[in-house]
Amino acid sequence: MRGSFSTITKMLSAGAVTAGLMMSFPARAADDTIKVGILHSLSGTMAISETTLKDAMLMLIDEQNAKGGLLGKKLEGVVVDPASNWPLFAEKARELISKDKVAAVFGCWTSVSRKSVLPVFSELDNILFYPVQYEGEESERNVFYTGAAPNQQAIPAVDYLMSEDGGSVKRWVLEGTDYVYPRTTNKILEAYLKAKGVAAEDIMVNYTPFGFSDWQTEVSAIKKFGSAGKKTAVVSTVNGDANVPFYKELGNQGIKAEDIPVMAFSVGEEELAGLDTAPLVGHLAAWNYFQSIDTPANAKFIADWHKFIKNDKRTTNDPMEAHYVGFNMWVKAVEKAGTTDPDKVIDAVIGVSVPNLTGGYSTMMPNHHITKPVLIGEIQADGQFETVSQTPGLVMGDEWSDYLADSKDLISDWRAPLSCGNFNVATGKCGGKGTN
Amino acid sequence: MRRQGNQLILPGLTVVDFSTTWTATRPGELVLSSSPPGREVSTFKSRQKSMVFTRAIGLTLLLLLGMLSPSNAAEADLRAIIAKFATASNFSATEAVVRELVATGDTAVERPLGALAEGDLYVRKADSLVFIGKAAGGSVALLDPLSGEKSGDAAKSEITKIKVNNTLRRAIRDALGTLTLGAKDPAARIAAADTMFKTPDATNIEPLDAAIASEGVASVKALLEQARAASVLVSDRPEADKLAAVALIGGRGDRNALSLLTAVEANSEGAVKDAATAAIANINSTLALWDAGQNIWYGISLGSVLLLAAIGLAITFGVMGVINMAHGEMVMLGAYTTFVVQEVIRNSFPGLFDWSLVIALPLAFSVAALVGLVIERGVIRFLYGRPLETLLATCGVSLILQQAVRTIFGPTNQEVGNPSWMSGSFGIGQLAVTWNRLWILVFALGVFAVLLYVMKRTPWGLQMRAVTANRRMAASMGIRTPWVDALTFALGSGIAGIAGVALSQIDNVSPNLGRGYIIDSFMVVVFGGVGNLWGTLVGAFSLGIVNKFLEPYAGAVLGKIVVLVLIILFIQKRPRGLFALKGRSVEA
Repeated sequence: MRGSFSTITKMLSAGAVTAGLMMSFPARAADDTIKVGILHSLSGTMAISETTLKDAMLMLIDEQNAKGGLLGKKLEGVVVDPASNWPLFAEKARELISKDKVAAVFGCWTSVSRKSVLPVFSELDNILFYPVQYEGEESERNVFYTGAAPNQQAIPAVDYLMSEDGGSVKRWVLEGTDYVYPRTTNKILEAYLKAKGVAAEDIMVNYTPFGFSDWQTEVSAIKKFGSAGKKTAVVSTVNGDANVPFYKELGNQGIKAEDIPVMAFSVGEEELAGLDTAPLVGHLAAWNYFQSIDTPANAKFIADWHKFIKNDKRTTNDPMEAHYVGFNMWVKAVEKAGTTDPDKVIDAVIGVSVPNLTGGYSTMMPNHHITKPVLIGEIQADGQFETVSQTPGLVMGDEWSDYLADSKDLISDWRAPLSCGNFNVATGKCGGKGTN
Repeated sequence: MRRQGNQLILPGLTVVDFSTTWTATRPGELVLSSSPPGREVSTFKSRQKSMVFTRAIGLTLLLLLGMLSPSNAAEADLRAIIAKFATASNFSATEAVVRELVATGDTAVERPLGALAEGDLYVRKADSLVFIGKAAGGSVALLDPLSGEKSGDAAKSEITKIKVNNTLRRAIRDALGTLTLGAKDPAARIAAADTMFKTPDATNIEPLDAAIASEGVASVKALLEQARAASVLVSDRPEADKLAAVALIGGRGDRNALSLLTAVEANSEGAVKDAATAAIANINSTLALWDAGQNIWYGISLGSVLLLAAIGLAITFGVMGVINMAHGEMVMLGAYTTFVVQEVIRNSFPGLFDWSLVIALPLAFSVAALVGLVIERGVIRFLYGRPLETLLATCGVSLILQQAVRTIFGPTNQEVGNPSWMSGSFGIGQLAVTWNRLWILVFALGVFAVLLYVMKRTPWGLQMRAVTANRRMAASMGIRTPWVDALTFALGSGIAGIAGVALSQIDNVSPNLGRGYIIDSFMVVVFGGVGNLWGTLVGAFSLGIVNKFLEPYAGAVLGKIVVLVLIILFIQKRPRGLFALKGRSVEA
């Protein structure tokens, strides 16, 4: 066994060397292109969400090339497939940076994949644009977070439910998939709700495994919790695949949005595409973008997307908009810096402002998070969301939650002279510790 | 009358109302109908000039009409209120208009309010007229909000939808509840009683008294009385009335009653509070019993899903001994076949939609069986007796199938609809049974029975068992063992395919569908005893019920872990599972 194994390893490494040699020639020959890495899973469990982002990135690169490229050079997207395998994310990121010499990487979806590539990006000093809403409690020099931090999604969503328009909710079910994003978000929400005077017995927290499909017990527990004479709502951080059976069970057990609304943070147009939404009308989602947003920029984006993907039934979603904003920010920063050198771009991108698809401008802040509007939408019978509430202005992403004891004293500012992602204002030292 | 007149000459509304013409259809009855939109816009200026004149005429006309027939005046009144939807800029303004409409007490408001709740009420941008819109292709058919008659079409860009949210929908539902109390349809009256029960109000007592007096159906009458009791509890009626009300609601014994009584307990004092506390305790003890019953039902239902997923594997792994990691992908292929069948039906034969699953069944069986046959002939037959290689090879096959489906259909979920007979739920006491789960249980048992028959009563089943028991002996007796192997594997795969049809109803149809079931399937087969169909049946149901009893206490994550640990311990004790095959056949 050992003998054959080492032979295989030899053959593999020989193959890798040959492949590497072959790859390096065209790379040198095509010096008039700037390479952009796309690190999204195209197979495995996360392919369902991430493949769309890969296509969106290719479309954005195509469009930039049609506009004349960048710094007089053509852009070239380098697509790799980390196959929903977290350690493979780190390997593929290393491959993109060291071998393909990409100028920046756009990618990752789950927090665990992001955590696994962080050391690679700081070691090899490159840039990652991360487009998905996440739990916060992080700010890295090499990462730009274009998705929502908890205060750009979770907190305003809860505020809406507490308001008169949202039904003055008094009792809360925090339902989530069992991993880092729901756990941290729920921790923040629990602290926030308690700060708002919600009693501990009016909060129920429940977790289910990934890909959970038998929701009978959970849904009837929600029903039971909701029959205590107080207005109840569910805040759902249930992820991906588990959502379809969850909503089907809600519909079948007759839980109407008017009685117990479900506010979701991970359900977008794409997740609803696999569902008959007629029984779900009125359930909510909080995002920073909806496909139904009526702006000229969004109409153009949707038309371009349908043309690019050659299917006018494909939906657009919030992480796609995050990539749209992030990519344009990077382009503008490269133009500003006059080079693709990551160090210069990292400094140049702070303060860059680009139009988003909701009719305003998003700006990259010194903490590497961006400003966004927060939208609350209700599910419609056609599988789209209708905006029922919108924050009056833009909300700045807050990386360290003010509601968690560990992180409330921390701030992040990557401009000189501070240049620190976790500065503790209480002790005046860089290097505080967050919840994660 | 003056008020109506005033409302009619509010700015913006004047134009609206006088662009319509009054026509007498029947003696003493007048119907308002809109003129075509084009004309209105073109005559706008000229109309303004003559507005004063028309106003005067209009007023007189209305006064006259009002005297002639009060109902028409009320209709004009309603129209004036409905027109206010056009200027309501936020949800609370819209809600105020809803309240105003309801305050008229006219049942005619049911149509526009119902449309509003459905999100079908629109304002035409050109003239701020309010219509009910029904999307038909690219354009929207506009209907009159009161009469429901068609009054033109509009492109989506020419109209604005009046936005509704949950709070507004609830307000409309509650308001409609009181209005539909006298409806002819008993279902509507039940719905009304239900809403009024959930939103008790002292002002409801009188209309409910009237409704109870005229109610002929006993079951509806009971509901109405409960709704009245709920309203009595929030009124300032004497204590004796309230005590009777608590007793009545306590007798209802469901979660809604519990919810109501909890609120009463918190807000009242003395004898009423004590009675409520006692009633709550009573309901809680009944509900606890029902909860146990519910857990058993949920367990049986989960068991039926496990049985469906595992039963194909009971053939390929249990009977043939092939560790088939691609089993989940056969389930997925069945689900995708259902999706394709539904797509074809949606596009070409929409009337057949309720039959889609029945049509999909034989197709899913054929597709999965065919793929199974190809896998057996192409890969597995070279690997009999080499379990590790079989495991690796089938694992590879499963990845290939997943990626193939992903390439053909895309990585996103596909929508598989529930036929009408599989949607919704019904109640047995306090137990809510969803139709799709019930049908899946029936289906799983049906598949099991058919499979058992094939295995025990048909020549093919006999050959199958003979080959499994002793391959060389069977071959010597003239059985073509390679073909029996191939067909058995195809049968197992085909069964997995039809399981996919059923599972597409409760799970999402994506390339990852099979992944979620493969571990559970192996668990069931190993636990039940390899090579025994009855073991699979008992294994599936007992795992389902244990899981569902653990879940409320331990949570879904821990519950699953506990079940796995229990199985490991069980296998230590009885390595061959619940129903071990006895005799020489085991080692073959």
